[in-house]
Amino acid sequence: MTEDGIRCDGRRLDELRNISIKVGVLKNADGSAYIEFGKNKILAGVFGPRDVHPKHMANPDSGILRCRYHMSPFSVTERKNPAPSRREIEISKVIKEALQPAVILKDYPRTVIDVFIEVLQADGGSRCAALDAAAVALADAGIPMRDLVSACAAGKVADRIVLDVNNEEDQEGQADMPVALMPNLGKVTLLQLDGMLKPEEFKTCMQTALVGCKRVYEIQRKALMEKYFQNGEQ
Amino acid sequence: MMDVKRRYVIPGDVIATGPLRPEQNVFQDGDRMISTCVGISEIFENSVKVIPLTGGYMPKANDLVIGKVIGTSPLSWEFDINSCFVGFLPAQDVFGRDYSPTKDELRQRLDIGDLVAVRIANFDRSRDPLLTVQDRDLGKIDSGELIEISPSKVPRLIGKRGSMIQTIEMATKAIITIGQNGWIVISCEDSEGLLKAVEAVKMIDALAHTPNLTERVKSMLGVVDGENNDTIND
Repeated sequence: MTEDGIRCDGRRLDELRNISIKVGVLKNADGSAYIEFGKNKILAGVFGPRDVHPKHMANPDSGILRCRYHMSPFSVTERKNPAPSRREIEISKVIKEALQPAVILKDYPRTVIDVFIEVLQADGGSRCAALDAAAVALADAGIPMRDLVSACAAGKVADRIVLDVNNEEDQEGQADMPVALMPNLGKVTLLQLDGMLKPEEFKTCMQTALVGCKRVYEIQRKALMEKYFQNGEQ
Repeated sequence: MMDVKRRYVIPGDVIATGPLRPEQNVFQDGDRMISTCVGISEIFENSVKVIPLTGGYMPKANDLVIGKVIGTSPLSWEFDINSCFVGFLPAQDVFGRDYSPTKDELRQRLDIGDLVAVRIANFDRSRDPLLTVQDRDLGKIDSGELIEISPSKVPRLIGKRGSMIQTIEMATKAIITIGQNGWIVISCEDSEGLLKAVEAVKMIDALAHTPNLTERVKSMLGVVDGENNDTIND
């Protein structure tokens, strides 16, 4: 990072990578989205509500949410074994838990909503990008939601708090903190921290991440509006 | 007509604040009315609702739907009703009260793959929808063209007091059976009329959220205005 705060990829401290979201890219899924978050390229597909298999997982009071985050073997420089790794299982779990407060499952007893996330190309912050795509895909599938979920990471690189940590910064940096937010309700649904931050740094880091989430939300919103209303705001 | 304010919304959008009653696809957070799906919000004098633009079919008692037989058990048929739940049609409903599983063969009346117009007799959260064919216009469908549209667009296809569907039926001389689950069977003796009706239905599915749809359908069908002035703008 340079003295005046220009980062390794030319961004300012509080600048997001380029994000583009496309809604409804998979024909066979009930809802889907494709996100390019910097160099991250991620597909998310939603199936359901549908019958639960195995049947013992079904909940008679409400629907259940299942999430699978998977990285393609070619998504990273060294071939990744396609079997779910410890990291992928963890990310599947945290994404599920980040989406759960937003999705209204009460309306669909004895059913499941499956969210499949496939990382085609990874470059740091893929769990946030995956979550952004999954939230849009859920909305596309018409699953009732209290709010969208927008996620963005912030971190500490070369003793400075930066927004949206990329892979290089993640490897070299001192901390990485992914945050997911329900922007209209103002509730945080995911907060992880890898590294160490002083209490004041944590506060600024959190603030930075929340600002990032809100910016991501605008992009998610635009993507949905484009698909359904051809951007004709009324 | 009552003054209705309409707006395009996505999940999480605050539609209104104040003492209003949340109706379909609206969730209340304090005094804020929040949309739970992608759709068009409508604010009435004392209530708010959102007309969804996506999403599957949720069974409702008394709905007429078109179902496809997917299996039989000794006492009932199982129907695919384009929903997350499987519909059940008891054998007694077709054979009468003296039905006996040893004597009567279910497959002789309705075989797997048959399309049937059924009504949902009963449905609640704890049980799968119970179907019936005991009514006028219900029963096996022998001929016609099956079209699948999004269930959320069925009200638009019917139009206000059936205006849209009447327009199509009159212009093409086709008989259209609309299932609330988004499955539609069109039968017409004239092949040209059939093609036109199919085209009109598909057009409504694609352009359901745009204003002046009746006019567009009319011009597509080549109907001279004046005979049916029942235009709708919602």
